Amino acid sequence: MADSGAPKPSSSVKLVLLGEAAVGKSSLVLRFVNNDFQENKEPTIGAAFLTQKCNLPTRTIKFEIWDTAGQERFASLAPMYYRNAQAALVVYDLTKPASLIKAKHWVAELQRQASPGIVIALVGNKLDLTNDSAGGDGEGAGGGDGEDARKVTTEEAKSYAEEEGLLFFETSAKTGYNVTEVFTAIANAIPETSLKTARGPGASSAAARTEEQRVNLNGPRDPNAKEGCAC
Amino acid sequence: MAQETEEPQVKSNNETSSSSPSPPPPPLPPRRKASGEASLQVGGQLQAKPTTAVSSIDISTLSFPDGTRGTFPTPSVGSAPSPINSGYGTPTRDSSGDNLTDSMSVMSFAPTIRAPGDLASLVAGDFNRKSRAWNLLRSQSETVQPFEAIEFGDSGELAGFEREFDDIPENMTDDVRLSMWQSKMKHYLILSSAGKPIYSRHGDLSLINSSMGVIQTIISFYEGAKDPLMGFTAGKARFVVLTAGPLYFVAISKLGESDAQLRGQLEALYMQILSTLTLPTLKNIFVHRPSTDLRKPLEGTETLLSSLADSFTKGSPSAILGALECLKLRKSQRHAINNIFLKTRTERLLYGLIVAGGKLVSVIRPRKHSLHPSDLQLIFNMLFESGSIKSGGGESWIPICLPAFNNSGYLYMYVSFFDDDNDKSQTSTNPSATPTTSTSTPTIPEEGIPPPQQPSPRANKPPPPPESPQEIALILISPDRESFFPFSSLRTSLYNALTKSTHLSLIRSSLATPRPSISSILLGSNPPLISHFLYKSRPNVQFVMSSLYPLFTSPIARRKLMSQYQTLHAAMHAKHSHLKVIYSVGEDCASLGWVTPLFEFYCVAGPNVSRQAMTEAANKIVKWVGREEGRVFIIGGGVF
Repeated sequence: MADSGAPKPSSSVKLVLLGEAAVGKSSLVLRFVNNDFQENKEPTIGAAFLTQKCNLPTRTIKFEIWDTAGQERFASLAPMYYRNAQAALVVYDLTKPASLIKAKHWVAELQRQASPGIVIALVGNKLDLTNDSAGGDGEGAGGGDGEDARKVTTEEAKSYAEEEGLLFFETSAKTGYNVTEVFTAIANAIPETSLKTARGPGASSAAARTEEQRVNLNGPRDPNAKEGCAC
Repeated sequence: MAQETEEPQVKSNNETSSSSPSPPPPPLPPRRKASGEASLQVGGQLQAKPTTAVSSIDISTLSFPDGTRGTFPTPSVGSAPSPINSGYGTPTRDSSGDNLTDSMSVMSFAPTIRAPGDLASLVAGDFNRKSRAWNLLRSQSETVQPFEAIEFGDSGELAGFEREFDDIPENMTDDVRLSMWQSKMKHYLILSSAGKPIYSRHGDLSLINSSMGVIQTIISFYEGAKDPLMGFTAGKARFVVLTAGPLYFVAISKLGESDAQLRGQLEALYMQILSTLTLPTLKNIFVHRPSTDLRKPLEGTETLLSSLADSFTKGSPSAILGALECLKLRKSQRHAINNIFLKTRTERLLYGLIVAGGKLVSVIRPRKHSLHPSDLQLIFNMLFESGSIKSGGGESWIPICLPAFNNSGYLYMYVSFFDDDNDKSQTSTNPSATPTTSTSTPTIPEEGIPPPQQPSPRANKPPPPPESPQEIALILISPDRESFFPFSSLRTSLYNALTKSTHLSLIRSSLATPRPSISSILLGSNPPLISHFLYKSRPNVQFVMSSLYPLFTSPIARRKLMSQYQTLHAAMHAKHSHLKVIYSVGEDCASLGWVTPLFEFYCVAGPNVSRQAMTEAANKIVKWVGREEGRVFIIGGGVF
C-alpha cells in the first residue's frame, strides 16, 4: 500500500480473469502473485480476489485481481466482476479448441458490456504441453516428449487478437513462461488517464439483476427494507 | 456411583448353591480347563452355580448427576468380564430364570456366547481371590487396548481399508479395474431418475455405467410398484437408497453402518448438490428436460462431493453426532473475541464465523436466525476438507445455498484465511523480473503430507501429530452479492483488532494444543482405562472428544473406533428403543453409550475393562465436561 518507498505514483487497476473451466486461470494468478504452481489444482468456487504490485519504470500498479470460476453456472455472476474493470485476461487452453471459442464469447461480452476503455489480453495457456515450449528451455515440462498436444495454432489466435485489438500471449503457468510479461504488458497498456479513478467497489447499478435469486430473509433483514437492520 | 454392594447376596448365592441338591455336573467349559490352576481350584463351585435359579447377576441402579437413572446388571464382587475369546462354551443355564429377563432390559451387543449364564459362571464366588495367577492375569487384562489386533497386522474386515481412497488407475484392463472397484468398502452413487449417471465416488463413469443402469432399473421397478426401495443387503454389502426429488442416491457400505446413518450421509450429499444449485434450479432443470446430464451444471463440485463422502468413510464424529466441534478457549477470551467481532460487524452481515482447523472459534448471528449444523458441515467441508479455496490464496467470494437455512436461493460467502505471518495487506513486491527464470523447480503442492502411518509399535511414541488442518478462516455470509468490499475491509479491521489484542495468537496456540487426553481428565487412574470418548451437548449441538492420539491415529484404528461409535449411536437412536445406557463388550473392545436430555456420551475401552470402571470414568468425564462447558462449547455466541 503506502510502503512503496519511492515517490513513484501508485495506482490500482482492477483486472478480471475470464475463460472456460480448467484452462489455468487460477494457476496464472498463483504464478503471478506467489510465483508458485500446483499440480491438479482443484477448481475455483465462485471467485477469488488477490492483489499484486507491478513496478513500472515510471509508476507502480497495484493489480486487484478477480480470478473467476470458469464453470457455466457462474457465468451469470461475471458482470459483477468485470464491471468497472480496467483490464481483463481472457484465457484459453491451447490444447483445447473449444476453449478458444469460449474465450471469443467472453471477449465479445466484454466489448459489449464492460467499461469502454478496458484493456483485454488474450492468453493461450499450457504452453508446456506443446513441443515449441520456447520458454521451457529444454525442461520438457509435463513429460510429454515428442507428443505435441497443441490444438490451437499461434497464428490463428494471434490473428484473431489483432482483429479485435487485444494483447496476445502464449504462456505456461507451470513453467512460469511469459506470465509476468502478460501483466506487465497490461500495466503498460492502461492509459494514464484511466488510472486517476481507481476502483469503484460497490458502484451499485446492476444490483437488481438477480434479485429473484436472492434469499429472502423474512424478518428484520427483508431486502425491501434495504437499510433496515442495524440493531 | 450408587452401586449397591453385592457381598451379602453373593454369599447367599454360594450358600444356596452349595446346599442345593446338585444335579450331575455338566462338563466344564473348555476355557476354564485351559487356564489351569484356577479351574482346578474352583471347579466344584462353578458347576453348581448355573443351576441355581438365583444368579449372581445383580441389577444395580445408577443415578446420574442430571437426575436420570440407568439400570445395569452388575457382576458381583469386582468381577472382571472375561478376557478376549474366553466366552465360548456357554454352560447350561436356566433360560427361564430371572437373570435372563432382567438382563434383557439392558440392550446389549455382547455376543450370545457372553450371555448372562456365562458371566454368572465366570464371576462365580471367590475363585478370583484364590488364584494368584488369575489375579495376575487379571491385573494385566485391563491394559489390553481396544483393537489391538490391528497392530499385529490383523485388520479383520477392514483389511485393505488403507487403499480405500486410492484412485482406480486408468491404464489397466477393465477386469482389473472392475475388481478394484468392487474391492472398495464404500460407494456413493448419484443418478438421475432417468438413469443418467451423475456422480460416483470410485471409478470413472465408463467403468460403472452398467451398474448405474442396473441400479436405476431396480429402483424404478419398486417406484413403479408404489413401494419405494429403501435398502437391501447383498453379501456383506448394505445398499441404501434415497430418492430426493429427481435424483437417486445410493450408498453401498461394507462398514456396518446402519441404514439411518447411511441415509443421513446421502442426505448430506444431496444438500451439497442443493448448495451448488438450489432446489428450484434443480427442479427446473429436470422439469424441462428429464434426461439432462446434471454433471455439467455440477461441474467442479465433484471434489466437494468426494471430500464429503470420504469424511464419512473415514468416520467423522461430527457426522455421527450431527454436531460441531469448538476450539477450546477460556470463556472470557471467547467472549472478548465475540465482542471484537460484533464491533467490526458491517451492514448486510447475516452470519460471521471464525473457524480454526475445522473447529468453531466464534459465531455472530442475528437473533432471529440460527445456524444449522448441516449447513456448517457443508461450509467446513468446502474450506477444510477440499483444497478448492485454501489453495488459491487471497479472499474468496462464493455464491452458496445453505439448504437447511433456505434451499431456494443463494447467499454470498466471504472467506479469507488468516495466514501465519504475512497478512494480505502486505502484498509481496513485484516479481516482474524474477519469476520467469527461476522456475525450473515447480513447487510441489504442499498438501500437509500426512506422516506415514504404519501401525507403529506403541512403545516408542512419536510426538502427537496435529490432528486436523491448522488454518484459521474468517467466514462472512451475506444475502447481498455486493458485500464483498465491505467484508474485505471488515476482515482487515478484525484482523488488526485480533492481532492487537493478542487474541489471534491465543487462537493459534489453542489450535496447536492437541485435544485433551483422557489421562489429563481422569487424574489419578494411571493409565486411564477408557481409551476414547465422545460427548455431545444436545442443547448446544456441539461435541467434544478426546485426542485420537496415540491409539487411533492410523486410518484403520480410527475407522474401527468410529464404527464402534456408529453402532452405539445407532442402537441408542433406533426408532423404538428408549435406551438410556448401553454397555457392549466385543472381542476387541468394550464400549458404553449414555444418553440424557442434556448430553450424549460414548466411550470405548479395552475389551477387559469392567463395566464399573467404565461407568466411573464416564461419570468423571461428564463432570469434567460440566466444569469445562464454557470452554469447550460456544454457548449462545455473539447475537446481534
